[in-house]
Amino acid sequence: MEELGIRIGKGAEADLYRREDKVSKVRISKAYREPLLDQHLRRTRTRREARLLSLARRAGVATPYVTDVDNQTFTVEMSFVPGEQVRRLLPSLTREERRELCIRIGEAVGKLHSANIVHGDLTTANMILHRKRIYFIDFGLGGISDAVEDKGVDLLVFKKVLHSTHYRYEEECWEGFVEGYSNTYRNSAETLERLRVIAKRGRYFPERA
Amino acid sequence: MEEITCLGIEGTAEKLGIGIVTSSGRILANVVRQQALKAQAGIHPREAAQHHAEHVPQVIRAALKKAGISLEDIDLIAFSRGPGLGPCLRVAAVSARTLSLSLGKPLVGVNHCIGHIEIGRLLTEAEDPLTLYVSGGNSQVIAYDSGRYRVFGETLDIAVGNCIDQFARRANLGNPGGPIVEKLARKGKYFPLPYVVKGMDLSYSGILTAAVEALNKHPVEDVCRSLQETVFAMLVEVTERALAQTEKDEVMLVGGVGVNRRLQDMISLMAEEHGAGFYVPPRDVLGDNGAMIAWLGVLMYRSGVTHELMDTTVIQRYRTDEVEVKWRS
Repeated sequence: MEELGIRIGKGAEADLYRREDKVSKVRISKAYREPLLDQHLRRTRTRREARLLSLARRAGVATPYVTDVDNQTFTVEMSFVPGEQVRRLLPSLTREERRELCIRIGEAVGKLHSANIVHGDLTTANMILHRKRIYFIDFGLGGISDAVEDKGVDLLVFKKVLHSTHYRYEEECWEGFVEGYSNTYRNSAETLERLRVIAKRGRYFPERA
Repeated sequence: MEEITCLGIEGTAEKLGIGIVTSSGRILANVVRQQALKAQAGIHPREAAQHHAEHVPQVIRAALKKAGISLEDIDLIAFSRGPGLGPCLRVAAVSARTLSLSLGKPLVGVNHCIGHIEIGRLLTEAEDPLTLYVSGGNSQVIAYDSGRYRVFGETLDIAVGNCIDQFARRANLGNPGGPIVEKLARKGKYFPLPYVVKGMDLSYSGILTAAVEALNKHPVEDVCRSLQETVFAMLVEVTERALAQTEKDEVMLVGGVGVNRRLQDMISLMAEEHGAGFYVPPRDVLGDNGAMIAWLGVLMYRSGVTHELMDTTVIQRYRTDEVEVKWRS
């Protein structure tokens, strides 16, 4: 693995290596998984990620450049994006800055959904702020879809991350997000309504809400 | 602090449990009585509630006898306030209120899911684990942070145990189906079924449909194997991601589905890869039971919480992160 560079991160499903201005994301095998399922997930997610990173950029959302894909080793090589994870950044911002940032996240997601790109894992850990642009990464769970349901689930994932991880300023972030999203995505009202319906299906949706 | 003894009543679903636990964490009794399920039907809420109502006095007596104490020795009453089936919850609540009033002892209504976590922390070495809670009614990935148990991942529709049990009934395997599916799966061969992970959330209803349909084309052993491998891999994947995100170094598995050896092995392999400890509480407290309710009652009471009768209404969709956790710092 030396030619990939130095390991700079170990996520849940992949190892990250850096060499100069490139990052290689290697989806590693999981010992706990049935081998056929393991292969299938790594293959489809590697392909999807490479494809969606490019499509998202074409839709006007900042992403790293894909420079190589290896379907044998389940590796996507892309440009290195310095900067800070939105997850780590949010707590250090002022109320106004946070709102501003969430509006821009909402706008980016609005652009993705306008292009029928569903991210699949919209967490603040998958957004990097670099030179005032928000880069989106980790499209492995994403897809192309024009279904309201899929976009609604995308929003639900983001909303839940605010609830579990950014609970101290959850509401202001969500309001900002909805503002940005509504300004950029034509069918935002329908998707936001579906989000409510999906949440209600859940096992623990509050009775009086 | 003087030692107190708490009687806990669990009644969220088909199991009626009475546990007696002291404030030093000794379990004096933990009696569980289960409503006999029909081979081809799930839990009928009203029938389960009737079962509980009929057997509460008898199970309480059995627990007291096991503990070797009398009702007068009880200092605190706790009951499962939710989440669960309304009719069942109400029987547990009425029983708890009655005991509290007639004995003149304080009353605490507790969150069932947190009960699972706390009894696990009591009986394993885990101190601050990321918890995977999986049962017939619940599937959640939970971690403690700043005064709450926060939910990182959960099912968007049905619980994993419900998915497996429903499949087993449709395949005429009997009820509850979990252990039967586990046994058949060992002899089966894997084929792909839908794999549905959304962020850190899961969806099981589509897989259930696909698995039932697959019975027309594949031997039942193969479907069992494929179903188990798929639904468990999904659970392990979201647990793994929550582990990476929360940076905890312990993983605990609780809930009735936690008895499954294959699931235990999978979570254990994953935890090992991340250098995290893996913990499973003893079998008799893994599924629903009264001891976990009693123990959480003790923890809440000791942190200054009691409930007036007015505040003991049941909460069918009681969220794990609604509870202010005053007993941990």
